[in-house]
Amino acid sequence: MARRPERRQSQQRRRKPQRAEKRGRGARVGPRLGAWLQEHPRAALGSLGRMWRNPVASAMTVAVIAVALALPGALWILLKNAQDATGGWDSGARISVYLEPGLDQAAVERAAERIAARDDVVVVERISADQALDEFRSLSGFDQALEALDRNPLPAVVVVQPAGLKERSPSALGDIAGQLQGIDGVDRARIDLEWVERLYALLGLIERGVTLLALLLAAGVLLIVGNTIRLDILNRRDEIEVIKLIGARDAFIRRPFLYGGLLYGLFGALLAWLLLALGRALLAGPAARLAAAYGSHFRLDGLSGDETGLLLLAGAGLGLLGSWLAVGRHLRAIEPG
Amino acid sequence: MIHLDHVNKRYPGKREALTDLSLELPDGEMAFLTGHSGAGKSTLLKLIALIERVTRGTLLINNVNLGSLPKRRVPWLRRQMGIVFQNHQLLYDRTVFDNVALPLVIAGYRSGDLRRRTRAALDKVGLLDKERQMPITLSGGEQQRVGIARAVVHRPPLLLADEPTGNLDPALSREIMELFVQFNQVGVTVLVATHDIALTEAFGLPVLSLANGRLVRDDFRGVDDGTAA
Repeated sequence: MARRPERRQSQQRRRKPQRAEKRGRGARVGPRLGAWLQEHPRAALGSLGRMWRNPVASAMTVAVIAVALALPGALWILLKNAQDATGGWDSGARISVYLEPGLDQAAVERAAERIAARDDVVVVERISADQALDEFRSLSGFDQALEALDRNPLPAVVVVQPAGLKERSPSALGDIAGQLQGIDGVDRARIDLEWVERLYALLGLIERGVTLLALLLAAGVLLIVGNTIRLDILNRRDEIEVIKLIGARDAFIRRPFLYGGLLYGLFGALLAWLLLALGRALLAGPAARLAAAYGSHFRLDGLSGDETGLLLLAGAGLGLLGSWLAVGRHLRAIEPG
Repeated sequence: MIHLDHVNKRYPGKREALTDLSLELPDGEMAFLTGHSGAGKSTLLKLIALIERVTRGTLLINNVNLGSLPKRRVPWLRRQMGIVFQNHQLLYDRTVFDNVALPLVIAGYRSGDLRRRTRAALDKVGLLDKERQMPITLSGGEQQRVGIARAVVHRPPLLLADEPTGNLDPALSREIMELFVQFNQVGVTVLVATHDIALTEAFGLPVLSLANGRLVRDDFRGVDDGTAA
């Protein structure tokens, strides 16, 4: 309620001693945007200058942040490359559907038709019981033993492949196999590449682990930046008191510290990116040789443009948040007196 | 400009620093605030600069009641005054120019305007040739003049000085006081706290004198109960 009159008085007061003087278009004329455009670069440059003047301390903070960001980044790249390298393998995933042994021809046909009628699979091959027996005989060399049997012990087999890409994931394959087993006349559906499933489970586990590690290290970055900014605030306690006495708003005092945190995070992320690029360059040769030995065209990938952007954003964001937390707590405690 | 009405100030756990203090410093006047150390001079200046809050009573600065001023308006009020400290309170990691320009930076002045005004203030205190130096390379008197330039650069209507000549020899003290008189002549209300009685007498300006937290001499009202030292 006291605000309005105060403001009016302040205007009168400002005008009075300066009445005679010509007021330029600077200062308080349309001040908001002009001041904002001026104060932010000033604060950012000031923070940059302060970092520059304490190169060792700043470099160490940046390096710690870089390591904390590079670690999950490196694991992420590793994971991505592992997924790329194994990406082609599961496209060969097939499901062998074994029909019940001893089915008559009509029953085999009915079961095969039901399987073929499904949308999610494509029938690649049908092996009748007789064909299977012939094949087994020619490959195994158990001719005589098989002659002794009075009937064919082998079942007919329908080999199917997932119809689309989305049916190719291990879990989808498992579902399909389960449903195939439910069809009349089907004895068993076996996924031929179960080890792919295990690999994917392992990669899934690692991915979860990387996420957890990234969260932990993000918290670490927050603490590092927060602590650096806290020390900075304590070091500049006298300065802050003087500036408060001169009439600086809290936002003005806060700004250089927030920019400081943001810059620490950003530089840390840049250095992390450099570390990752360097690591990739060092590993690219051996990886290519390994791939060549397996006859693969696999290439070790680094961070994509989007991922680089995300890394920088994460660094800057964590730096800003960390300094925000420190500034909120410690600046309030400093009052001239 | 400054109006106190039955003001009391008590620090927690201590005796009363100011007791039932009523005084008035009119617009455009200059006065000395005198008294022994511990008489309450610093406390009064702290109340005016909103470093401390009044315990009881009313304190108005240019008709703004400091008792009901919300915390977030404190910076605004402080920008209406310039404060000169005994120990200068300069920032020693930046140049003389940057020190003096600080209030303008805080107020959001643009570069051209800022440079012009800062140099004008430095010129006024006779330090224009030292604007690029660091404060630590200056003498005590010069540092105090930097402090004064910083206090007036944003042309505040009220100038407060707390023992501005405390560490200076008499000749330098006189120079500094003359600077304050010059600012007063262009319309700034000035209140200078000092224990240097000889200096106040030499200038013949109104005196407000405190003893044990009470006003014992008020030249504006013609009160002098004779107990003032």
